[in-house]
Amino acid sequence: MSTTTASTDSKRKAPAGERVADWADGRLGIYSLAKANMRKIFPDHWSFMLGEICLYSFIIIILTGVYLTLFFHPSMNEVEYHGSYVPLQGQLMSEAFNSTMHISFDVRGGLLIRQIHHWAALIFVAAMLVHMMRVFFTGAFRKPREVNWLFGFLLLVLGMFTGFTGYSLPDDLLSGTGVRFMQGAVLSVPVVGTYLSMFLFGGEFPGGDFVARFYSVHILLLPGIMLGLVVAHLILVFYHKHTQFAGPGKTNKNVVGMPLLPVYMAKAGGFFFLVFGVIAVVSAIATINPIWSIGPYRPDQVSTGAQPDWYMGFSEGLIRVMPGWEINLWGHTLVLGVFIPLIIFPLVLVTIAVWPFIESWVTGDKREHHILDRPRNAPTRTAFGVAWLTWYFVLLIGGGNDLWATHFHLSINAITWFVRIAFFVAPVLAFIITKRICLGLQRRDKDKVLHGRESGIIKRLPHGEFIEVHEPLSQEQLHTLTAHEQHKPLELGPTVDENGVERKVKGSQKLKAKLSQGMYGEDNQIPKPTVEEYKEITSGHGHH
Amino acid sequence: MSSQDIPEENLPVAQAEGADLDKHGDNPFADPGLPPHEHRIQDIDERAAKRSERTVAFLFTLSMLATIGFIASYVALPVDKSVYIWPLGHISALNFALGTTLGVALFCIGAGAVHWARTLMSDEEIADERHPIEASPEVKAKVLADFKQGAKESAIGRRKLIRNTMFGALTLVPLSGVVLLRDLGPLPEDKLRHTLWAKGKLLVNQNTNEPLRPEDVAVGSLTFAKPEGLEEHDHDFQTQIAKAALMIVRIAPEDIKDKQELEWSHEGIVAYSKICTHVGCPISLYEQQTHHVLCPCHQSTFDLTDGARVIFGPAGHALPQLRIGVNEEGYLEALGDFEEPVGPAFWERG
Repeated sequence: MSTTTASTDSKRKAPAGERVADWADGRLGIYSLAKANMRKIFPDHWSFMLGEICLYSFIIIILTGVYLTLFFHPSMNEVEYHGSYVPLQGQLMSEAFNSTMHISFDVRGGLLIRQIHHWAALIFVAAMLVHMMRVFFTGAFRKPREVNWLFGFLLLVLGMFTGFTGYSLPDDLLSGTGVRFMQGAVLSVPVVGTYLSMFLFGGEFPGGDFVARFYSVHILLLPGIMLGLVVAHLILVFYHKHTQFAGPGKTNKNVVGMPLLPVYMAKAGGFFFLVFGVIAVVSAIATINPIWSIGPYRPDQVSTGAQPDWYMGFSEGLIRVMPGWEINLWGHTLVLGVFIPLIIFPLVLVTIAVWPFIESWVTGDKREHHILDRPRNAPTRTAFGVAWLTWYFVLLIGGGNDLWATHFHLSINAITWFVRIAFFVAPVLAFIITKRICLGLQRRDKDKVLHGRESGIIKRLPHGEFIEVHEPLSQEQLHTLTAHEQHKPLELGPTVDENGVERKVKGSQKLKAKLSQGMYGEDNQIPKPTVEEYKEITSGHGHH
Repeated sequence: MSSQDIPEENLPVAQAEGADLDKHGDNPFADPGLPPHEHRIQDIDERAAKRSERTVAFLFTLSMLATIGFIASYVALPVDKSVYIWPLGHISALNFALGTTLGVALFCIGAGAVHWARTLMSDEEIADERHPIEASPEVKAKVLADFKQGAKESAIGRRKLIRNTMFGALTLVPLSGVVLLRDLGPLPEDKLRHTLWAKGKLLVNQNTNEPLRPEDVAVGSLTFAKPEGLEEHDHDFQTQIAKAALMIVRIAPEDIKDKQELEWSHEGIVAYSKICTHVGCPISLYEQQTHHVLCPCHQSTFDLTDGARVIFGPAGHALPQLRIGVNEEGYLEALGDFEEPVGPAFWERG
């Protein structure tokens, strides 16, 4: 009896929120879920918010995109324009272009939403690239996060194509030229190119189908896959728990930071509004894709200075600087001048995506890593990343060679040749320079640990010598600067065994040993200071 | 297995594990543990905390006002009103008002929440333990045993006929989906080889929509032409003009270096495909002195005095020339279709 009273008592007392939560718990098990996650700890570092920018701009794109679908007509039927933008009155254009004009000039706030959608898309892809670079340079992709690295990489690639299909929808002169470029590239594919083109466009270019087809790809297929990947990406972030930088109290076995409720709820939730707010203001003051001044697409018209959205710029660079090689044999044409760039385009992206797997193969490291590397402490990886970025930016320069020429009064011929040479040379130079800088920074860290921080105070000794006073570091700083791990290079060992019989070493093993020496060999990392070295120097020899 | 090739001792020793010295307080590099929490001014001074509270409340209030401003602008401002705002120039008043008010309304919520979190919520760092992602050996053994049990009960290993036919069926069934894609478009056949141009078709000026006479084409001018009968309102206009677009220039006959070009011209008037042979952009820039034309997309440059060969840029072959003449009434006419496909190269082009 008493228990029944107690339970009815507590039921009567429970506040409404708790009763709702009880109801949900009985059906969804939310208490168990919240137990693990409500006070989940997130470490703090400015670079950890880059991924948040991706997530929030993605949400903004979905919200504004849904709004745009309410007004956009994905049709290529030709209509005459009779909207409120006077200069285009009476022009023939597709319904897609017409409805985009309607959104921009006749729907109140339509232009704003369109511009938010487009700006957010540019920011989304940019944030993904920067976020990916953060993960790369800090080694956050190491076990157990390799799969999440791939999810993120796929999101970047899909984001680029969602962007491309999206900006092609208004069927304006600029984007139509971009679609034509894509079709020309598809045609270059040996054997099946013309078939692919016919199937893609429902016949000859441009035909009357591609806007509708791009539309379903842009609003359903690609974002659907991306949404799934984003959810998986986030679940894995929660499951793995966030990485952290080395520091006092921070180990590979713990995660130090603030709890989700309330601090990260407020910070991350607030950050969504900050990102949205900034994009809204940008869209209020900066025009993007002014299709009204570009005009509707006509395959026989074009404007100068045509540029794709920035994330397609590197593919544009590839196609612009490639020599126009064509091989005609046995009645067939191999369009290498277009096909080779088409092949290199995905290769550029894949090059950075496979690094984590190369690195883990070379190190043979099967342990979990939750402490981030400082870029300097992984010189080869950092140098590789910078080399890749250099490669990417060289191609971006190639993609805008006409703009570089007109803005900086350069010869377009010279720029093209510069890009052709830099495509091969610049990454190598960037690699060498970055590695040297990393090693220099490692030496400086070692110096700081062993000799202390330069205080800027000059002291004169009794015998007249001037020295700079070095302040010893605190134990926190000493620990932070020596916490990183250093791999030992892989040795192949003797090529003959103890009986003098030649030992077979597989080619892959030789390659692995070579790479390992290149990453962790004598001149490729500075041995971090040891306790003995530190004690020897600090054990009262006075200055040094 | 590559993992076996790496001796264990090659892996670095983690700082914490290697540093057994620190138990004696002897290791200067040892982890000193989390530093003590430092209080913020809001933690010890209630007046500062009140100030923070007011700041947050002010930001949230500002957001509310901005939303009201958004609705007011939506109602009050006409959609076509433009205003001058320095330094942006003449811009849409409605877009500017809606965007800035929406931006402020959103930003202030964010700024308020972040300020609240940074100054008033606890900023004491908490350490949480990590657990290995890998399952324990017991869990793994249990799962493997369960899997074996399940596989055994299904008899998939024993009854190979079932297994093989199932794989066969599952492999074949997606083919239906592939087959269904066939009607996405027609087969290429020789569609890319033909344009609307044919013997006797007049060259119609794109601007005036009038047939061209030789005297309409002056030296130094670039004229765009389409085949007679092709009108903008035609349902396949875009697709036809994408192949048939023509550019016409007049060059002094003695300046024409290519023999065939001269033969196919009329009194120095030459007609070339306007579609770039690189990836199909329309060529639109013409240098009068040199008779070079340039595609603004990828800067392929063609020399119209020399069979339109490529002199710069990524294009792989010359622009196709259309053979033209003059009919009895004195109008320029085509003497046939292009003899080679126009536009970008493709496998079957040959």
